[in-house]
Amino acid sequence: MISIRNLSYHIDGVAILDDITIDLPKGKVTALVGPNGAGKSTLLSLIARLEPLQCGTIDIGALTIGQCSNRQLAKQISILPQMTEHVPRLSVRELVSFGRFPYHQGRPGPEDEAKVDEALQVFDLDDLAQRSVVDLSGGQRQRAQIAMTFAQDTEYMLLDEPLNNLDIAASRALMARIRELAHSYNKTIVVVLHDINYASRYADWIIALSAGKTAAAGSPAEIVTPKLLGDVFKSDAEIRMIDGHPVVLV
Amino acid sequence: MPKRFWILGILLVICCTAFMTWGARGPLHFVIPFRATKLAALGLVGMSISTSTVLFQAVSQNRILSPSIMGFDALYIMILTAAVYFLGGMTVANLSAHLSFAVSTGVMVIGALGLFSTLLRSSQNNLMRMILTGIVFGALFRSLTDFMQRLIDPNEFSVIQTGSYARFTQIETDLLFIAAALCAGALFLTWKMRFRLDVLALGRDVAMNLGLNVRRTELEALTLTALLVAVTTALVGPVAFLGLLVVSLARLVVPVERHAPLLICAGLIAMIVLIGGQLLFERVFQLTTPLAVIIDLVGGSIFLFLLLKGHRR
Ligand SMILES: Nc1ncnc2c1ncn2[C@@H]1O[C@H](COP(=O)(O)OP(=O)(O)OP(=O)(O)O)[C@@H](O)[C@H]1O
Ligand SMILES: [Mg+2]
Repeated sequence: MISIRNLSYHIDGVAILDDITIDLPKGKVTALVGPNGAGKSTLLSLIARLEPLQCGTIDIGALTIGQCSNRQLAKQISILPQMTEHVPRLSVRELVSFGRFPYHQGRPGPEDEAKVDEALQVFDLDDLAQRSVVDLSGGQRQRAQIAMTFAQDTEYMLLDEPLNNLDIAASRALMARIRELAHSYNKTIVVVLHDINYASRYADWIIALSAGKTAAAGSPAEIVTPKLLGDVFKSDAEIRMIDGHPVVLV
Repeated sequence: MPKRFWILGILLVICCTAFMTWGARGPLHFVIPFRATKLAALGLVGMSISTSTVLFQAVSQNRILSPSIMGFDALYIMILTAAVYFLGGMTVANLSAHLSFAVSTGVMVIGALGLFSTLLRSSQNNLMRMILTGIVFGALFRSLTDFMQRLIDPNEFSVIQTGSYARFTQIETDLLFIAAALCAGALFLTWKMRFRLDVLALGRDVAMNLGLNVRRTELEALTLTALLVAVTTALVGPVAFLGLLVVSLARLVVPVERHAPLLICAGLIAMIVLIGGQLLFERVFQLTTPLAVIIDLVGGSIFLFLLLKGHRR
């Protein structure tokens, strides 16, 4: 479980996150939703210790952020950032291999190679393995980044808008894979999603963030309501129930 | 890729052999040690310059900058001048070149860490700000150096002949031994860091995610850069665009973002450029144009080209 207690974060005196206290359940897929600028990416980067904590505490399983080594954390939790700042001149396989760095520190063993092969296969990158990441399409590149995060093979995974650039088949395959990892391998996965329908269909738990505060948390059936869409997203889209899942008509 | 290394290696061997033997007249027992010392010094300088540039580019996350462009060697000369100014040239001379080298190098490492570690943190994604700061630092260090040199007794001035231009013909060979030891240590540590540099090059966030201690790696790389710059500047003076030149060439030869091949390749190219260039200029064509001028001309053009191309990384 990831427990976040009284987490606040300011940049230049402006509150980005305001007294957030939530638990992200173990072995479940949690979708983080909210309008642009709500603070979703900021929250993830704090959980992933990419930015230093200002106040509040975050516990990831038995580890407390700020009190354990970086390398220790890297074997427990991984993050797929929303935008990677630059595209490295590496082949897809080399990029995915970096996911194993916390384990091998530069000298991959057979087990590491096996994990990389698996990640390449799962994300349908076998044919692209030797291509340079620079030459890939946006969606292919996104898949390579995700594969790297999967190769890191951590108990906790934070994925910031993983569906960016992905087509419908790749999106559904990824979400299905995420569910499988959570339910069969007891991994705790947090996904930032903009498409409420994906959240409703694939997540076990939804947390809505609005202006740096938690606006709602609960199961999809409880959360995806016209009231939420109105309050959090300022949208009057209609909602229908299909097969027990709320579906937003877009 | 290994084939390219072989070609570079063979080229280097040819350069070294020619350097040792070309037009050798007079007693061999005199010529050989004399030339061997020079050869060793040039090789040392080549390795230091290429390695410090690779390190600095990894830390600053771009491919246009080099320690010289950021004013590292100007800083070293300023520190050396300050040592002469405040301690008095005679004392410094008496203290021996070794001690003043050691002291200046120590101060250099502290100064570089103080000045550049915060700068790197605050302007990592702002190339123009980095370049501007580098220019300002360089100008500041140089004018302070100039100012102190004017105040120094001309007799003491000879201690800091280091001047404002590189000289590959008159190398401070009496420092060679200590410089070689320092350089070997720094190169060894850099080689040990090579995988961490690969991870650092993926960007700060990705590196953190992969468990790299980013801050520590940056400080280590910066320390090694400062050490290596001190070594080169003490031996041959400021080198301006040589580092950028050889690392840019090496990036063309090594198509992937891996520091192991990049370090080797940049080192080989640097030694070829220095030894081969010195051979051609001094012995074969007996030109009066210093090699440093040509290197800066070519290196400077590459700098402008990369800058105009907007090639940030
Ligand atoms: N470095 C920064 N300096 C100033 N403000 C920032 C900085 N980073 C983020 N912010 C602000 O913090 C708020 C939250 O940003 P964040 O990126 O967490 O939003 P988000 O919920 O991920 O949005 P999106 O859905 O667009 O990705 C925004 O208002 C943003 O402008
Ligand atoms: Mg975001």
